[in-house]
Amino acid sequence: MPRVLLIEDDPSVREGVELGLRRRGHEVRTAATGESGLAALAEFRPDLLLLDLMLPGMNGVQVCRRVREDSQLPIIMLTARGDDFDVVIGLEAGADDYIVKPARTEVIEARIRAVLRRMEAPGGRPSVEFHGDLAVDRAGLTVAKNGERLALAPSEMKLLLHLSAAPEQVFSRQQLLEHVWEHSYHGDARLVDACVRRLRNKIEDIPGSPRYIQTLRGFGYRFGPL
Amino acid sequence: MVPFGLRTRLVLAFLLVAAVSAGTTAALTYREARSAVLRSAQDTAVASFREQVQTLAPSLPVEPDSLREMLFVIASKSKPQPWIVFAEYGSLRVSSGDSPTSSVITADLRRAALTTTHGSFQRVVKDGVPYLTVGVPVVVRNGSAGRLPTGLVLFAVIRMTEEQANVDALVSAARDGALPGLAVALIPALLAARSVLRPVRELRGAASSMGSGRLDTRISVRGRDELSDLARTFNESAAQLQRSVDELQRAEARARRFASDVSHELRTPLAGMLAVTEVLDEDAGGLDPDTARAVRLISTETGKLAVLVEDLMEISRFDARAAELNTDEVDAAETVRKTLHHRHWHDRVRAELPEGVRVRLDPRRFDVVVANLVGNALRHGSEPVTVRLSVRGELLVTEVADSGPGIRPEVLPHIFERFYKADAARTRSAGSGLGLAITQENVRLHGGTVRAWNAPDGGAVFTVEIPLRGPGGAQEAMA
Repeated sequence: MPRVLLIEDDPSVREGVELGLRRRGHEVRTAATGESGLAALAEFRPDLLLLDLMLPGMNGVQVCRRVREDSQLPIIMLTARGDDFDVVIGLEAGADDYIVKPARTEVIEARIRAVLRRMEAPGGRPSVEFHGDLAVDRAGLTVAKNGERLALAPSEMKLLLHLSAAPEQVFSRQQLLEHVWEHSYHGDARLVDACVRRLRNKIEDIPGSPRYIQTLRGFGYRFGPL
Repeated sequence: MVPFGLRTRLVLAFLLVAAVSAGTTAALTYREARSAVLRSAQDTAVASFREQVQTLAPSLPVEPDSLREMLFVIASKSKPQPWIVFAEYGSLRVSSGDSPTSSVITADLRRAALTTTHGSFQRVVKDGVPYLTVGVPVVVRNGSAGRLPTGLVLFAVIRMTEEQANVDALVSAARDGALPGLAVALIPALLAARSVLRPVRELRGAASSMGSGRLDTRISVRGRDELSDLARTFNESAAQLQRSVDELQRAEARARRFASDVSHELRTPLAGMLAVTEVLDEDAGGLDPDTARAVRLISTETGKLAVLVEDLMEISRFDARAAELNTDEVDAAETVRKTLHHRHWHDRVRAELPEGVRVRLDPRRFDVVVANLVGNALRHGSEPVTVRLSVRGELLVTEVADSGPGIRPEVLPHIFERFYKADAARTRSAGSGLGLAITQENVRLHGGTVRAWNAPDGGAVFTVEIPLRGPGGAQEAMA
């Protein structure tokens, strides 16, 4: 069962979520502040980070940025503020998904599983594909550009694998949400847009005029043509 | 009512006054001057003629040749204008001119000349030429009886062309003076009209600017006349209006923020409670019955509270105009099918979904709309429930119909109001009471309409119409 680190300052939420997840078999560690959470990260080595946005001292966005600097740890934001502004800020900082409080444990768990699910390569392809300057290793789940390995968050990796598996095919935001985030109906196009933006910053030569991930206004995104 | 503008009316009134005064002055002046000119010429002529006749009367002969000589003498003394002298005695007609009689002398004058010893005169206009005709009877002085008419009458006919020229000059002088005067009067008329109209125009501009929402509009006040009083009054009213509106807006913003803050604050404790409700539900089976009921009650109510708080948050986002539409082009049938499928309604709801309808909408919000209407139909109406999609012109029409008793007519107008209770006895419905209000807001955000009605054969029907090309798409298509 996945190991989850929960950083949340409110005691009742912390205890409630911990109780709920533990009952479902997760190993859970909690921290009340961003600083103590970052300290627990090295020692506890979780599979996923559940992160509250509003924390005393160091806030969730700062924690998220710090984690993203040197790690591909999946991160889900836990936020009491579902307004666009907060959600987008959190996603831009590198989170893979977000959950608006209050949420039932089954919802939290479903999101955790979706983010953690192994990224499966469609069969019959070589494990390492080359697209322009990009080398995508579907088995090893690594992406390199000009021989240099890129640090991609899980959602960015999944999105890139999904798009590059069918080059030149156009996917709508809704389709991408369902395949990459497994969000089904309560999907949120902001997740897709934010993730595409982050991915472009990492793989494109000039993020302003993308070569790999192209936008089709009114339809969605596609990989290539290169 | 009046076909002219204020400016035209002011200028016309001004010109009319100027024309009347100039015209009256010119007419009076002309009349006085004309009669003065004519009278002086006439007096001179009459006096001089009478004097000549009187002087020569005793020696006037009656045979035509001598008389004619005498008439030439009299005519040579004529002043101020040359005159032609005629003499009449019985049937004798003699003149100093070419013809023995004059066509200018009237019968009136002849009669008057015979009866009036002092003589008489008459002004006659013939063929456009004015003449002065003077008739003087020749009298003899009789010691006791005074003067006696001899029957000889002398007439003088004087052309008054020079006087007429003078009078004509007067007329043209009056006209030449009045017309430039009128033209010059146009300038102060325009100035006056402008000085009145400028504040009026400013006032109109300010009023329409206020009407379009710029409540800080003010007019600059100049001078102390009635128009500046009006401007001052306008400014004061505008300031008062702005204060009231500001106060209202502040109060409204406070209320909105309060609702939003309350909802936010409720979310955190609810997050903890909701996360453990499954624990409560799972363990309730092992507890004693009363405790189990209490535990299940808490669990259910927590769920409802969470829904209510979410709905309140959504409503306050609509109120604060913070709700955004993230549109995408989707297949209408597929979208509805997903909504039904994810809520496990697909075997309870009959769906008539034509394939291949592409529509631009926000999938999340459209899902909320359909889910809410179908959920209501299942909860308040009775099965079977039908969802029907169709295209009417540029609109996507979504109909949700149930087979229940329908909605009572007195309830229909209020059904989209917040927390409206269709059944007064049921104090709390299964939903939050905000569902239809949120549905309506979501449809509005798409630029569409939603209405509720009863089908002729019973059952409530909700009809949602949204533009196929998304909000503003219709205008784009027309442009």
